[in-house]
Amino acid sequence: MKRAVYLDHAATTPVHPRALEAMLPFFSQRYGNPSSVYSLAQEARQAVEESRVAVADILGCPARDIIFTSGGTESDNAALKGVAFAARESGNHIVTSAIEHHAVLETCRFLEKFGFEVTYLPVDECGLVRVEDVEKAITQSTILVSIMLANNEVGTIEPIAEIARVVKDKSKLVGSRVFLHTDAVQGAGALDLDVNELGVDLLTLSSHKFYGPKGVGILYVRRGTPFLPQQSGGAHERNRRAGTENVAGIVGAAAALKLAAERRQSNGQQCQSLRDRLIAGIQLKIKRAHLSGHPTIRLPNNASLCFEYVEGESILLNLDFAGVAASSGSACTSASLEPSHVLMAMGIPEELAHGSVRFTMGPDNTEEDVDYVLSIMPGIIEKLRAISPLTEAGES
Amino acid sequence: MYSDLVMEHFSNPRNVGAMPDADGVGSAGNPVCGDVMKLFIRVRDGRIEDARFQTFGCGAAIATSSMVTEMVKGKTLDEALDISNKAVAEALGGLPPTKMHCSNLAAEALHRAIEDYRSRAPA
Repeated sequence: MKRAVYLDHAATTPVHPRALEAMLPFFSQRYGNPSSVYSLAQEARQAVEESRVAVADILGCPARDIIFTSGGTESDNAALKGVAFAARESGNHIVTSAIEHHAVLETCRFLEKFGFEVTYLPVDECGLVRVEDVEKAITQSTILVSIMLANNEVGTIEPIAEIARVVKDKSKLVGSRVFLHTDAVQGAGALDLDVNELGVDLLTLSSHKFYGPKGVGILYVRRGTPFLPQQSGGAHERNRRAGTENVAGIVGAAAALKLAAERRQSNGQQCQSLRDRLIAGIQLKIKRAHLSGHPTIRLPNNASLCFEYVEGESILLNLDFAGVAASSGSACTSASLEPSHVLMAMGIPEELAHGSVRFTMGPDNTEEDVDYVLSIMPGIIEKLRAISPLTEAGES
Repeated sequence: MYSDLVMEHFSNPRNVGAMPDADGVGSAGNPVCGDVMKLFIRVRDGRIEDARFQTFGCGAAIATSSMVTEMVKGKTLDEALDISNKAVAEALGGLPPTKMHCSNLAAEALHRAIEDYRSRAPA
């Protein structure tokens, strides 16, 4: 029987059985519209509000500051556009980094079309944003800073709490209020999400990254943050996100986030030991394999590597033949035909970026899974290098 | 995403490796774009007797390389020049639209190998 090893938890995760169990009654039995008055509807209302409290407990904020959305992309869009258009009177400048998720970067490009100016901060070779760059970038016209909590491709963890301090200090100095958003999608289940510890005004989460269902996002908006809703309609979510609530999805997301928070320490340790075993094994067994991202300040489950002379999609296809699911930042795995903007921003040469592979572990993975990958990976790279015209040129 | 035939050629590529005594060598693509193909031909009596390739690239790049080396064997140089990137893709049962432009370089490399042969041995 073909072995199946899932090592793409940064792409998505299976719904946790307990989250699924919590969701099921809300499809066909407790299906009421939370906005209606009768008991059936009020049961759904209660479930949504209990979910909001559960999420707020983990984020350390009042429940009223939580907005449920359709996913991480919507939360990022709502955060950036919501603040930008609401705070337009006080300024038109936004600061972000070159390695954000497309949901943030493309929203910034959209805002540029409406007259906003965006500074895309560079990162160092490990993928870290420099705190002093954030400070320097803030001017009198800055209204919003958006820096991710951890990068989805290379796993580097950004110094958000430090960035929050300089944003606060600098905004006092320039005499305008600057709000801080973080896309924390990759941090859930691995990092502390307390919004006061982080010092953020807005925070994005995506349910399917932490063993919740797809199609559910969370946006935290600190009270007092200017926010223009991007979706018009009914008065749902305290007038900040129109549309009948995805009751089952919200219940599943809250249940999954609670489980992820409870198991954060133990899952983190387990993933980290698997991650380190995989990285060490690959570097021992395969020449010219380079770890990308920060060596230590990285998500416990992220092993991103670049292999010289070979192309990422070819590696992924061979891994798939052997039952292993992983990702790549290669151009050939995207529709854009460009290699990963994250690897480019870190100064990795294009030909090396094309040979990137990302393995992301979950609590269900075992040492046997990692050892299996280590047993097949050298052969895959060897086979592709034997075909590649770059191998001889590079080795000679 | 890929047809069975593409996957078959990708998994078991035909005619892989350099040909030190090739009569013509052609390259297409570049490492920056993520695809490089090098095609080698041996020519006897105006026909391509043997062809080999080396490719750095995705599944489509490797499969089209493998396919073109199979398609040219036994063909005259003029017949071989009629092979287009599109014809190689069709022989593989088609390619996903995003792969048609970036990874479908095999015929281009073949044409350059023929040019190289002709420049070495003028008729």
